[in-house]
Amino acid sequence: MSQQCCEVQQNGNVMILACSGGSNVGQLSNQAAVELTKEGFGKMFCLTGIGGHLSGFVQSAKDVPAMIAIDGCSVGCAKAILEHAEIPLKAYLVITDLGIEKNKNFDLDRETIEKVKNAVKSACKDLPRGVGSKSVCCG
Amino acid sequence: MEIKVLGPGCKRCQQTEHIVQEVVSELGISAKIDHVTDPIEISNYGVFGTPAVVVDGEVKSVGKIPSKEEVKSWLQGKN
Repeated sequence: MSQQCCEVQQNGNVMILACSGGSNVGQLSNQAAVELTKEGFGKMFCLTGIGGHLSGFVQSAKDVPAMIAIDGCSVGCAKAILEHAEIPLKAYLVITDLGIEKNKNFDLDRETIEKVKNAVKSACKDLPRGVGSKSVCCG
Repeated sequence: MEIKVLGPGCKRCQQTEHIVQEVVSELGISAKIDHVTDPIEISNYGVFGTPAVVVDGEVKSVGKIPSKEEVKSWLQGKN
């Protein structure tokens, strides 16, 4: 059991918080978070739990060494939720800053998803990768 | 007071439980300490990692072994 726990933590030491909003860029944030979790880059976590001020979610985001928030647009809902819960930003990305226009087209194309995923990875480059797994892992 | 240590029973979780027990003993507090190992029950607390410590339903730390001073501050804040 403890081995299983450690494997999970080591594979997902970057907490990924996506705004998952109701536009193409919101859903791009969600899709990128899902795929980066599946690929083992990080682990998607519930921004809504933080927004609800549930202590497990808030404390997790405060204590995790490596975390990125992804907002679809400059309205910055994810950033605002973290500020409201007094959680410091560690890495941050706004998808419209990548030159992707906000609209209501939910047919996301592969090229754009990959562009967002690469931008997320780039935004995380200064995060303490590896430190997170050691700190969070049961070992 | 009810204190729960969340974790699958690994070394770091056991260390966390030991620290909590020590602080409770030192402060002379009446507290029920549980070690929650069931992954489903742990997931209900919404924690990103273990070990985690919950005091009277509020998650106080996640993914690290808390210091004795941290635990003292949580428990004394409840007195």
